Amino acid sequence: MMAIVREHELHQRRRKRNAILGLVLAAFVAMVFGITLVKMQNTRAAMSDAENSRPAQAEASE
Amino acid sequence: MSDVNAASKGRDAEFGDYFALLKPRVMSLVIFTAAVGLFVAPGVVHPLIAFASILFIAIGAGASGALNMWWDADIDEIMKRTANRPVPSGRVTAEDAKMLGLWLSALAVMMLALTANFIAAGLLAFTIFFYAVIYTMWLKRSTPQNIVIGGAAGAFPPMIGWAVATGGISVESILMFALIFIWTPPHFWALALFMNDDYSKAGVPMLPVTHGTRETRKQILIYTLLLLPVGPLLAFSSIGGPVFLGVTIVLNLLFLAGALRLYRRNDAAATGDKFAAERKFFRLSLIYLFVHFVALLAEAVLTRASLSLAGWPVWVG
Repeated sequence: MMAIVREHELHQRRRKRNAILGLVLAAFVAMVFGITLVKMQNTRAAMSDAENSRPAQAEASE
Repeated sequence: MSDVNAASKGRDAEFGDYFALLKPRVMSLVIFTAAVGLFVAPGVVHPLIAFASILFIAIGAGASGALNMWWDADIDEIMKRTANRPVPSGRVTAEDAKMLGLWLSALAVMMLALTANFIAAGLLAFTIFFYAVIYTMWLKRSTPQNIVIGGAAGAFPPMIGWAVATGGISVESILMFALIFIWTPPHFWALALFMNDDYSKAGVPMLPVTHGTRETRKQILIYTLLLLPVGPLLAFSSIGGPVFLGVTIVLNLLFLAGALRLYRRNDAAATGDKFAAERKFFRLSLIYLFVHFVALLAEAVLTRASLSLAGWPVWVG
């Protein structure tokens, strides 16, 4: 009869699978964070462009 | 899967098995054509946004591949070419494939909407629906025209890439779509000519099974003729140029010569040399599409480096 061992090869394979999945999820979180920074940067740039063009428009209308 | 089940089957699914459900080879073509569509489009996209968008397009395409493997597990088991896929080989359950496909589809569409825009996300959602429902569930088993209409699913990625950059659809993106769409039938029918046994065993109504190889050879030639003008039209669009025109002329001549060769052959000649010409035409079709998109990329690089030919006529778009 086969002895009951704590660490079956199956558990090692699952640990590997879970580790890869963990890395994928961490990379996904990092990417979403990066996208958020880029989007915020773009929004800020668009807002400052709009603010800069406002005095020029006011001068032109005067 | 429980430990008991996994141990009794002797094989537990690994990460790579789930990845294989996403059809990585198809995904690589999707990544490439979507990236070209995005890069050749007017406007500048932040590199991280571009990278993430292409990734989500690829995940969406992969998700539809998983749904395809869930639905087609019964015929995949019969065909030699697909028998070793994760579901028919028992490494992943059909239910797991379905759930992975559904959740990844939702994630990819939602993330593309947030990262790029709703037009690109809408096109991706439609592509997934078209491939999983229209092609896989409906057309594939019911008509020999399956890949003619189903080919649209594979033709959308450059359009989605273009939509990421521009937020819309244009003549140029429709022409890129047309190039892949019309290219698909000759490409798959050439494959079907030398994989005929597989399809007939599985009962998939591919053209050689339902109408014979003579008709298939004729249809390959017809679609090749229809494909000929698409490249030159792209050459005289805003994303074309002299490099692309030269490339498309050479590739079209080679493709036409290959299609004519297949048309003139019969089954005796094909079995005599183990479908050498059909296999060669299939390989050529892969080169045809790949090099066309490389040429588009080359034109975009030349334009951005201000090395493109001044005064190149743009008649289309």
